[in-house]
Amino acid sequence: MSAFNAIGEEREIDRDEFTPEIEPQATWCPGCGDFGVLKALKQAMPEVGRTPEETLLVTGIGCSGKLSSYFQSYGFHSIHGRSLPVARAAKMANPDLEVIAAGGDGDGYGIGGNHFMHTARENHDMTYIVFDNEIFGLTKGQTSPTSPKGHKSKTQPHGSAKQPIRPLSLALTSGASYVARTAAVNPNQAKEILTEAMEHDGFAHVDFLTQCPTWNKDAKQYVPYIDVQDSDDYDFDITDRGEASEMMQEAEDALYEGEVLTGRFYHDEDRPSYQQEKQATGDMPEEPLAERYFDDDYEWERSYDLLDRHK
Amino acid sequence: MTDDELIWRIAGGSGDGIDSTSQNFAKALMRSGLNVFTHRHYPSRIRGGHTYVEIRAKDEPVKSRGDNYNFLLALGDSFARNPQDEAYYGNEEIKPLSENLDELREGGVIVYDSGLLDASEIENFDERVEENDWHVYDLDLRGLAKEHGREVMRNTAGVGATAALLDMDLEHIEGLMSDAMSGDVLEANLEILEEAYESVNEDYEHTHDIRVPTGTQDEEQVLVSGSHGIAYGSLDEGCRFISGYPMTPWTDVFTIMTQHLPDMGGISEQVEDEIAAASLAIGASHAGAKAMSGSSGGGFALMSEPLGLAEITETPIVLVEAMRAGPSTGMPTKPEQGDLEHVLYTSQGDSNRVVFAPGDPAECYEQTRKAFEIAYEYQIPAIVLYDQKLSGGHQTVPEEVFDEEPNPDIGSVVTEQDLEDAVQEAGRFKRYMYDDEEGSGLGGVSRRSIPGQKGGNFLASGNEHNEVGHISEDADNRTIQMNRRMGKLDAIRDELAENADHQPVYGPEDAEYGILSFGSTKGVIEEAVDRLNDDGHSVKAMNVSDIMPFPKDEVTQFLEDVDESLVVEMNASAQFRRHVQGQLGRFGEKLYSLLKYDGNPFEPEEVVSGFESRLGGDADLSQYNVRIESATGD
Ligand SMILES: Cc1ncc(C[n+]2csc(CCOP(=O)(O)OP(=O)(O)O)c2C)c(N)n1
Ligand code: SF4
Repeated sequence: MSAFNAIGEEREIDRDEFTPEIEPQATWCPGCGDFGVLKALKQAMPEVGRTPEETLLVTGIGCSGKLSSYFQSYGFHSIHGRSLPVARAAKMANPDLEVIAAGGDGDGYGIGGNHFMHTARENHDMTYIVFDNEIFGLTKGQTSPTSPKGHKSKTQPHGSAKQPIRPLSLALTSGASYVARTAAVNPNQAKEILTEAMEHDGFAHVDFLTQCPTWNKDAKQYVPYIDVQDSDDYDFDITDRGEASEMMQEAEDALYEGEVLTGRFYHDEDRPSYQQEKQATGDMPEEPLAERYFDDDYEWERSYDLLDRHK
Repeated sequence: MTDDELIWRIAGGSGDGIDSTSQNFAKALMRSGLNVFTHRHYPSRIRGGHTYVEIRAKDEPVKSRGDNYNFLLALGDSFARNPQDEAYYGNEEIKPLSENLDELREGGVIVYDSGLLDASEIENFDERVEENDWHVYDLDLRGLAKEHGREVMRNTAGVGATAALLDMDLEHIEGLMSDAMSGDVLEANLEILEEAYESVNEDYEHTHDIRVPTGTQDEEQVLVSGSHGIAYGSLDEGCRFISGYPMTPWTDVFTIMTQHLPDMGGISEQVEDEIAAASLAIGASHAGAKAMSGSSGGGFALMSEPLGLAEITETPIVLVEAMRAGPSTGMPTKPEQGDLEHVLYTSQGDSNRVVFAPGDPAECYEQTRKAFEIAYEYQIPAIVLYDQKLSGGHQTVPEEVFDEEPNPDIGSVVTEQDLEDAVQEAGRFKRYMYDDEEGSGLGGVSRRSIPGQKGGNFLASGNEHNEVGHISEDADNRTIQMNRRMGKLDAIRDELAENADHQPVYGPEDAEYGILSFGSTKGVIEEAVDRLNDDGHSVKAMNVSDIMPFPKDEVTQFLEDVDESLVVEMNASAQFRRHVQGQLGRFGEKLYSLLKYDGNPFEPEEVVSGFESRLGGDADLSQYNVRIESATGD
């Protein structure tokens, strides 16, 4: 019997299984967009067909980071900005796990920006959800990397002089093989996109627009969204980097003009995941590394056999 | 010092094959039955810059570098050949000869490549030669190599000349060459080697009396560095995941591991920075692999926050800290023991980690294995702390040290069966359980589950959490969880003390004086202790390698038994002495420090003189970069 007998279990999966006996109301404010992410994720899980116990959700720090508390699976609530390196190593140690990382825009695009770029570049087979509320929520409303230029906060009383970061374009140029944006105000699309992201064999980046009614009252996250796939005005080939990139630029410009474009922006199904690439070079075992420690028959090599070079 | 030992120094330019040539020569000495110790001196430059490797060989065990040296092979090199470099660094061509004269012993031998070096450029060279009774052989090594079409093989010519001047057989050198190369390259090298050997024998009379000592060591030995010890110890513990970012001298371990992991079914990851590196190790360990990471000073600073994350989530990891001189980027290629407090106290909150400081390559192997064992059994980060000296310095070690069974045991992890009967709360496994005898039997350790195990789901959180991992600021829970985590250190201390040769004392048991040290100063102090006792002093030494938890009983015993003790360490602020006093809460009046922080490791004579000067003898310390600091009182 496998040491990880929850993995690959074939059965009906109910979204309620992902609900622990602990209430998100404990920390999230009424009307917070984070509820929308939690709900969409729970709805997507049965579609993907993964059980709570074969799923590892790694989160950063922030209101968004609490997602792992309210989502019943194996969880790791790590430190600010570092969910990705924790998550991707877990995936490497046991590629059979469904690995999801999540955090806020401050967490993911600010302090963790370097990891975002590199995890996308490597194309790890995992899903990364960024709760994009254009604000630091947990630390009480400071300007974040996605806050619009001119945004006023306690730490930028005269208005931010910085251009906001462009998460979709950044993900694309860094090498993510799936890039989408969705919004908490649009639960159906959110569920579909999260499902597709998890099913994708590579790094799937989902910029998830969430509202922070407590600190960011004038954000556009309430504005009706336009689904770029459903609208005839936006015809582009999501497998084409160039077209995807143009579309992303448009969506990113539009966001701060008050028009919220969401949907799938890029999907490359051909690019091998990092795990596959690394296995192809002989740098990663075919069998999950983690399994080996539970296998009594595995013959462990020892350093004594390497000593010839030192004689 | 007597010349029952050879201390051979090969000097040249960085990037010019000094390393590989010296490795081979050291192995040849080892194969002839000698014990060998190497010391590597190099600048922070990729090419050019004066560098040397010193090889000390004796029939008796060698534990440290010697006092000065007795045989110089000075090779010219491709230093600042382009005019721009020259403008910047000055003309360094003569350095392999000029820079090394101060430490050459009286009666020593100089072989230099007259094809590249001109001794007349050195001030008072002839006078100094005469004064010191040096024996100089100027050989056109470059010319000889060039005749065979390969100028770079002048190193080989130098080795051939060395062998001739030392009455050393070429057998082992040739054997090593044929192990390492083949075809034309091998042939040319062998020709050069033999020609140099013969021409020196024919053309020169040996006026010196330094010979290669006769080796009688017949047990199988291997020549390894402390980094090999650490890497091999990890592999034997079943570590198959390493993540890192290059930084000297940590890169040594990282490279050795990377060389072997793919073939052994493991994974090595070079990542974007050290925060990521430590975080990856945590992620891999959480998912059920034995994992390590590491760095040197500055990189380890970046690991501060992940280190705390491993502590509070109780995720086992092993981190290596290879110290170099600081602060900040400091001196990248020079050893120091200045990161002790950094490693002990970095990261927020109360410190809850294990720190080992091995003293030689064999201890590196053994203590790294221990570090993994403890980390995985007690679910706590363990740090192996060593330094640049031990990282790159090679030493002969009996092969049998490594002849040990692997131990891939993953430690205190639940099985599927356990999970079937496990106590759950709110649908989650009580991974941080404290209310059940069985679960917290091992010094506060509650067993962990691994993602993918059925019935084991829980939340690992860097926030304080309750038994299933949910964030909690409940005062009672906080106190219990803190006590449980902190309590592990006492349990670990007890477990470590059960070890038979735990913190051994070196020297006569009833000695009047003590020398206390940690880490890589072990060998040099043992040698100094021997000399001091030979000279009529009464001294014993203890090299502490369990830094945290600290072996309070053993060190207290040691200090109670002596009138006073010198604490020898390679840093400016006496960090280890402070640690000892802090841990024991006494002995302030008994502890004197001998400190060195000039970038070079201690030589035995410096410890001997330091000791004698402290005792009011007439030892003069002014010629050394060392400092005595008196006790501060309790
Ligand atoms: C290293 C570090 N720096 C700063 C903080 C404080 N901090 C906690 S959450 C946060 C910002 C969170 O903002 P965001 O990621 O946008 O998440 P949100 O709360 O809006 O969901 C900050 C700065 C921290 N915990 N760790
Ligand atoms: S502060 Fe903002 S982001 Fe945080 S829970 Fe409240 S509404 Fe949500």
